[in-house]
Amino acid sequence: MSVALYDAPGPRARRRVLIGSVFGALLVAALVALVIQRLEETGQFRSAFWEPFTRSGVQRILLRGLGATLRASAVALVLAIALGLVLAAGRLSERWVVRQASGAVVEFFRALPLVLLIFFAFLGLPELGIEIGAFGALVIGLTLYNGSVLAEIFRAGINAVPRGQREAAYSLGLRKGAVTRLILVPQAVRIMLPTIISQLVVLLKDSALGFIVAYPELLRSGRRIYTNIGNVIPTAIVIAAIYIVINLALSALATFLESRQRGVRRRRAVADVPVEIGVGRLP
Amino acid sequence: MDFVVEQRSLILEGFWTTLRLTALSGVLSLVIGTVLAVMRVGPIPPLRWVGAVYVTLLRSTPLTLIFVFSTFGLPRLDIRLSFFAFAVVALTAYTSAFVCEAVRSGINSVAPGEIEASRAVGLAFGQTLREVVLPQAFRAVIPPLNNVFIALTKNTSIAVAFSVAEATSILRRLQNQDASATFPLLLTTAAGYLVITLALSFAFSRLERRVAVTR
Repeated sequence: MSVALYDAPGPRARRRVLIGSVFGALLVAALVALVIQRLEETGQFRSAFWEPFTRSGVQRILLRGLGATLRASAVALVLAIALGLVLAAGRLSERWVVRQASGAVVEFFRALPLVLLIFFAFLGLPELGIEIGAFGALVIGLTLYNGSVLAEIFRAGINAVPRGQREAAYSLGLRKGAVTRLILVPQAVRIMLPTIISQLVVLLKDSALGFIVAYPELLRSGRRIYTNIGNVIPTAIVIAAIYIVINLALSALATFLESRQRGVRRRRAVADVPVEIGVGRLP
Repeated sequence: MDFVVEQRSLILEGFWTTLRLTALSGVLSLVIGTVLAVMRVGPIPPLRWVGAVYVTLLRSTPLTLIFVFSTFGLPRLDIRLSFFAFAVVALTAYTSAFVCEAVRSGINSVAPGEIEASRAVGLAFGQTLREVVLPQAFRAVIPPLNNVFIALTKNTSIAVAFSVAEATSILRRLQNQDASATFPLLLTTAAGYLVITLALSFAFSRLERRVAVTR
């Protein structure tokens, strides 16, 4: 933490912090003990509830569910990136109509609950004679929502490239397409990468909405297990652990990329200063 | 469309439940999230760790799974509540982690000079936080909180799979009755959610303007 909300503790404050720590720790321990006692009393630790996870049949259900989750997420991610690129290009267009229309689409899909978007596909498309099934509905919902969010990320990324880059490219005689392709996008991708990966965590979590339309992803597979064995809490804990491990790994990757990014920017900022002074742009 | 008009009282009732879910979970997660944020910036290590662990775990878990935990899991622990209350528990547990992060970033946005000054005039940690930091942090935190609450409003629709008769469940039920009204029902429900989220954004921007100070 950069801001010190309290002084470096003196002897009295250290004693108070120590007392506070002891009490805090006791409080936390008491809470944990209470939860464990409750779990124990209601028999959540009995081996009949946990032993099934060592059986290969149950493991296969979970693995297949994980596979379905990853498949839906991967397909939705690719489609969402494509949609996001189109919408971002629209929002950065020079034509007013295109800009407004893409803006409206982005705002619309971001403002609706993802469940409703999935229902639009799940209930609405069959009415039009298009059968897509649970997988299709889930992927369409995820694509529309995340595509709109990614469009905003892409737009912000392009706009975050220092203006001088674009101006320099134009002054070298490059056309708009070449400026975008050669100058803006390569730099923007590096700026955006951490945010895109964070969005991937959101997408992965949202794929659990497949539960609602009975797509057999990880959580739905868990339901198959706990309706058979009756071990709701153990199953939920196992599945939560799987999601948490994957998402924390992705978050760690995003943080790593971001810190590397910050290093690059700092070095570049130092290198920039003499140029700025030379051009006489400082106030 | 006739079917939608016919069933308008049921649809409105659904949105009323959506609003109650949002309001109740919103207030609760605001309180819990702020407490968590204070724990996370405070001087007591065990509480800091608890706050960090809570936020990390809850933010990495799908909300649907938290719903399963509360609606199907809690009764196994002999905790019996209404489906509505289970939904509030799930939404609050999830949203308070995001409120915590929003408030914490607000606390970190308060100018260090303010904090140093309040320490220099002899305020303790609690006083610094109460009198100087939190009032300013809440100002900085209004836009991100707006996003959190809009997400909360949208997330209430997950309750459709957990026996709460909110707007999306009503949509599902009515669509079952009359499939020919699918699109009018979908569009009406979408419009309802848009009205709520737009009203929320409007209220927040009014609030932001009211508490804004020229620095």
